[in-house]
Amino acid sequence: MLIRVKPSALKETRWYQYAIRFLLGGAITAIAGIIAKEAGPVFGGLFLAFPAIFPAGATLIESHIKEEKKKKGLDGTRRARQAAGVDAIGAAIGTIGLMVFAFWAWRFLPHEATAPVLLAATVMWFATSIIIWYVRRHIRIPWSETYHE
Amino acid sequence: MEELILRFLIGGVIVSAFAVIGDLFEPKSFAGIFGAAPSVALATLALTITSKGKDYAATEMRSTIIGAFAFLVYAYIVGRVLLKHGLPTLPVCTVLIVLWIAVAIGGWAILLR
Repeated sequence: MLIRVKPSALKETRWYQYAIRFLLGGAITAIAGIIAKEAGPVFGGLFLAFPAIFPAGATLIESHIKEEKKKKGLDGTRRARQAAGVDAIGAAIGTIGLMVFAFWAWRFLPHEATAPVLLAATVMWFATSIIIWYVRRHIRIPWSETYHE
Repeated sequence: MEELILRFLIGGVIVSAFAVIGDLFEPKSFAGIFGAAPSVALATLALTITSKGKDYAATEMRSTIIGAFAFLVYAYIVGRVLLKHGLPTLPVCTVLIVLWIAVAIGGWAILLR
C-alpha cells in the first residue's frame, strides 16, 4: 500500500480526544522537567522518550476502526485491535529514528548552533524511520503475516 | 512555576501537532512512526538550552537514546500482543508501560549510573 494522506481522519477525532493528547503531552513534558531538576539530566533524559500519548493514540485507532465496521454492520473488534497493533509496530520503527535523533543531538549540540542541529536531528529521525518502514514493507517478516493493511 | 506552565503548554502543542500529523496518514504502520516522534524532546530542548545550557541538554539526549530503546521494546511487544492475541488496546498499552520503565531504568543503571 502506498502512503496516503486522509484529511477526513481529522473529523473522526472528537474534541476530547485532542484534549487528552494535549494534556498528556503537556504533562509528560512538565514532569520530565521536574524529574531532570530533582534527579539530574542523566536520569531525567530517559523521560523525553516516555510513551506518554502512545496508549491514547492506539486506543483512538481501535475506536475509529470499530466505528467504521459498525457502520457497515460488522463487528470490527478484532480488526480494530490488529490495526492498533500495526500502529504499535510503526511506532517501534519510529523509535529507531528517535534514537538517531537523540544521538545526533547528543553529539552535536555542545559544539554547533542549536537550530541547525535540531533541524538536522528531526530530518534524521524522519529519514531513518521512513527508510526502515520502506525496507520492512519489502522484506516480509513474521508480524506482517498476521495483518494486512 | 512559570517555566513549568510554559513546558506544559509547549509540550501539549508540539505533542498534539505530531499526533495530528500521524492521524492524517495511511497505512497505519506508517502513521505509527509519528507515535514515536521526538515531540517531547523538541518541546523541552529549547527551554532546557535557554535555562541550563547546551551541555546539560546534550546529557539529557544521551539518556534519551536509552529511553527510546525502551520505547522500541515496549512498542514492539504491544504490537505483537495486539496482533497475536487481539486483547483490548488500552489495558495492553497501559499495563505494558512497566516494560518501558524496566528497560529504561535497567539501561540507566547499567550504562549511565
